[in-house]
Amino acid sequence: MKIVEDSPPILTALDRPNSYIGRSVPRPNMARLMQGRAQYVSDVVLPRMAHVAFVRSPHAHARIESIDAAAARKAPGVIAVVTGPELAKVITPWVGVLTHLKGLKSAPQNAIAVDRACWAGEAVCAVVARSRAEAEDGCGLVEVEYEELQAVTDPETALDPKTPVIHPSIADNLCFERVHTAGDPDKGFAEADAVVETTFLFGRHTGVCNEPRAIVADWNPGDARLTVYQGTQAPHMMQNLFAKHLNLEEHQIRVVTKDVGGSFGIKVHTYADEMATVALSKLLKRPVKFVADRIESFVTDIHARDHRVKAKIGVKSDGTITAWEIDDLTGIGPYSVYPRTSGIEANQVVNLTGGPYTCGNYRARARVVFQNKNVMCQYRAVGHPIATAVTEGLIELAAAKIGMDPLEIRRRNLIADDAHPSQGPSGIKFEALSHHSSLAHLDSMMNYAGLRAEQEKLRKQGIYRGIGFASFVEVTNPSAAFYGVGGARISAQDGATVRLDGTGAIFCHTGVSEQGQGAEAVIAQCVATSFGVSMDRVRVIMGDTDNTPYGGGTWASRAAGIGGEAAWQAGKALRANVLAVAGSILQAKPETMDIRNGIVVDAATGAERIGLDEVARIAYFRPDTLPSGIQAELVATRHYVPRAWAFAFTNGIQASYLEVDTDSGFVKLLKHWCVEDCGTVINPQLVDEQVRGGVVQGIGAALFEHCLYDDRGQLLNGNMADYLVPMAVEMPDIEVGHVVTPTADSELGAKGAGEAGTAGAPGCVMNAINDALRPLGAAPLTDMPFTPDKILRALKRV
Amino acid sequence: MSEHRCDITLTVNGETVAETVDARKTLVDFLRDDLILTGSHVGCEHGVCGACTVRVDGDVVRGCLMLAAQCNGARVETIEGVSDGGEIADLQTAFEQRNALQCGFCTPGMLLTAQELLASGQVPSREKIREQISGNYCRCTGYHAIVDAIESVAQARAGHKP
Repeated sequence: MKIVEDSPPILTALDRPNSYIGRSVPRPNMARLMQGRAQYVSDVVLPRMAHVAFVRSPHAHARIESIDAAAARKAPGVIAVVTGPELAKVITPWVGVLTHLKGLKSAPQNAIAVDRACWAGEAVCAVVARSRAEAEDGCGLVEVEYEELQAVTDPETALDPKTPVIHPSIADNLCFERVHTAGDPDKGFAEADAVVETTFLFGRHTGVCNEPRAIVADWNPGDARLTVYQGTQAPHMMQNLFAKHLNLEEHQIRVVTKDVGGSFGIKVHTYADEMATVALSKLLKRPVKFVADRIESFVTDIHARDHRVKAKIGVKSDGTITAWEIDDLTGIGPYSVYPRTSGIEANQVVNLTGGPYTCGNYRARARVVFQNKNVMCQYRAVGHPIATAVTEGLIELAAAKIGMDPLEIRRRNLIADDAHPSQGPSGIKFEALSHHSSLAHLDSMMNYAGLRAEQEKLRKQGIYRGIGFASFVEVTNPSAAFYGVGGARISAQDGATVRLDGTGAIFCHTGVSEQGQGAEAVIAQCVATSFGVSMDRVRVIMGDTDNTPYGGGTWASRAAGIGGEAAWQAGKALRANVLAVAGSILQAKPETMDIRNGIVVDAATGAERIGLDEVARIAYFRPDTLPSGIQAELVATRHYVPRAWAFAFTNGIQASYLEVDTDSGFVKLLKHWCVEDCGTVINPQLVDEQVRGGVVQGIGAALFEHCLYDDRGQLLNGNMADYLVPMAVEMPDIEVGHVVTPTADSELGAKGAGEAGTAGAPGCVMNAINDALRPLGAAPLTDMPFTPDKILRALKRV
Repeated sequence: MSEHRCDITLTVNGETVAETVDARKTLVDFLRDDLILTGSHVGCEHGVCGACTVRVDGDVVRGCLMLAAQCNGARVETIEGVSDGGEIADLQTAFEQRNALQCGFCTPGMLLTAQELLASGQVPSREKIREQISGNYCRCTGYHAIVDAIESVAQARAGHKP
């Protein structure tokens, strides 16, 4: 649990000579990205490649009466115009359900709408042309007649008997409901000295990846193979889904993922237009490319959040929390997204609320309802920003009510660092967490007492600054409990294959994938260390289902913790294999030797015995000189999946310091801190940058980002001028600290770090705003994003 | 429709290019689709995200807000040319050392925008750096590392010890 300086000189299996574990080495893949030499899917050009654009429904809910494509078919450059029913002959529909989310239901979704469009933006017709511009011209010539149907847009009334049911094939607009009670919440509330009850709102927002979704599908009837270049987080998952819905075998499909211009959970789902693109390639027997434009991205990239949480907390006057209660309602669009479903986020809200604290009296209900809006699904930190903001918002409101310092109330309720294994109010299991160490670290890192004094002084000058906190837990390293147990063919395990080349360098093929977070570097660090070469002797191969072990890809903060461990073990296995060969060459016992910096050495003295290049030369080119019966095996594969714990929970705490302009309602972020415990830190710089990027993504949700819909289901701000994202000038510097509590489930001990920033930041900023405005008697703000107009309303200035 | 086509002659990264383009074609589409210079990226196509940033006659512009037809006679520089010429080698090294990029999609535009500020030779404040790059959207980094990298290059170029 303590930081490295407390440890003895000879530590663990990680402390190999020349270890890269814990070192901030630069990522090996950055030069091409900085030189304009990357290859994103939007850059891919293939011979005979055509481009598809889609005619999209302008209505949130409409029956498609007719489609007249005659003019479009004659337009310059147009190759084909394909409607939903025509494409349905090539690709089957899908239903986004998981059996472990009991009762979750959804309706079949088609690649292109058949008969009915269920949200404004759903594709109703495809136009394939020689260029994207000509395809878009063609779209403009397609005449679609619609009969507009009543749109269901308000989650609050989605279940009313008088509200139309969106899908006639299912009974109502309820996708999923979960009710959970633990301990004795009624008794807990009865024992409370103070009860705080409020409603938190979390506006819909979306990922706004800088590179929009992009796919090039290349069906080659000559090979009977489909190659799909796709900016996806889960190549093997997509391989399975393409096979299943195109009636192909998985081995007929190769998914290639090169550089990806940001993902954040957006690019881990099945998108109707991408499935349509793949089907069009099969239909037309040539490569077809689809790159979403920004407007399409806003109306088709999954949206996230859109939760209304009624929440209640009971506390005693000494700060002890006595009970929690939440009622979450979330609207998810017309379909549960395939294959991960749109029930996971609400389920996570139930799982995670109250997670850092000891109070086990808990009542929760979550309902997930259908709407005629764009689909909603898992996005960075799934459920955590909601559960954390609700929990931490309640804590600080309760602290204010009983007149207690917000850090002090946390100290009195956070699960003790030595109380593990433990569990949260919902029953989620924690192997080992460090809430109190993290809080203490944050307290000193930010000079909390000094900031409070400054805040007090400035208030007298009419300057309103606020300090807010958010403790959090974060799901990482998921086992099969997330998706596999529910029937989805999404791999929880991951593999690594390491092979020695003819010069003593190594290749590492891994099932996890890169989207800028640094997985390639982390895999290289792990395998270089466990095998015993410098990082420039490691080439990492990823993002190619033909050439990597079967794996899950990159989501739920799993690449370092799961993929890293597989690479670590594979490197060790190859080291043993190489030492066996070296032993036979040198007539030495393999267990007396080691590989260090590319050279086989005597383990005890470090004396050099033979270079890896020489081992490789003999094994590959002069195996005749090896003793009979010795077969060199210079490839090793290992897999890893967490088994002891369903998830490796991480924890941490964030703080925000900001100033509210009480005349304009603008919030100026002054500084942000995060202390994070992600277990073994493989690359401190990459962890810090994951945290910083995640924090800013959470700040976006807190202050700016909102997909605004009208009551007819029209997105009002689907462009980057009206939908605001965090830009540099509004963002603060972010200080990151660490506490290290490794998971014992793996030798590496690494947990994930990709989502913690996003989990904690929104609640933290909310608390800081309310702290700033408290002396002015403003009603607490609980409706994200906290735009200037809402702040002025809370101040009764407008 | 493509009945309106224009003949243009320009230099791109020092090479003379003569092409016939659709009048409606943006500069960034021309660079990417016709010249296969894919280092300039298309992020929003309405002038907000800055991924398409290039230099025209020495000025940083949005490749999505300028038409190729407007570039007749112009001197266009993209990340490929600016990078190969070595002008921003120190900035690229700083970005690498500081991990000031993740997915890299914004990076070509970010580098060109940063270089515009750095070319003044001043050591800008962090606020000034943040202001300068506020037309370049980065979803990955949260900007802190980018500001650090640009700041360190400004100091190094001004002769400050790191």
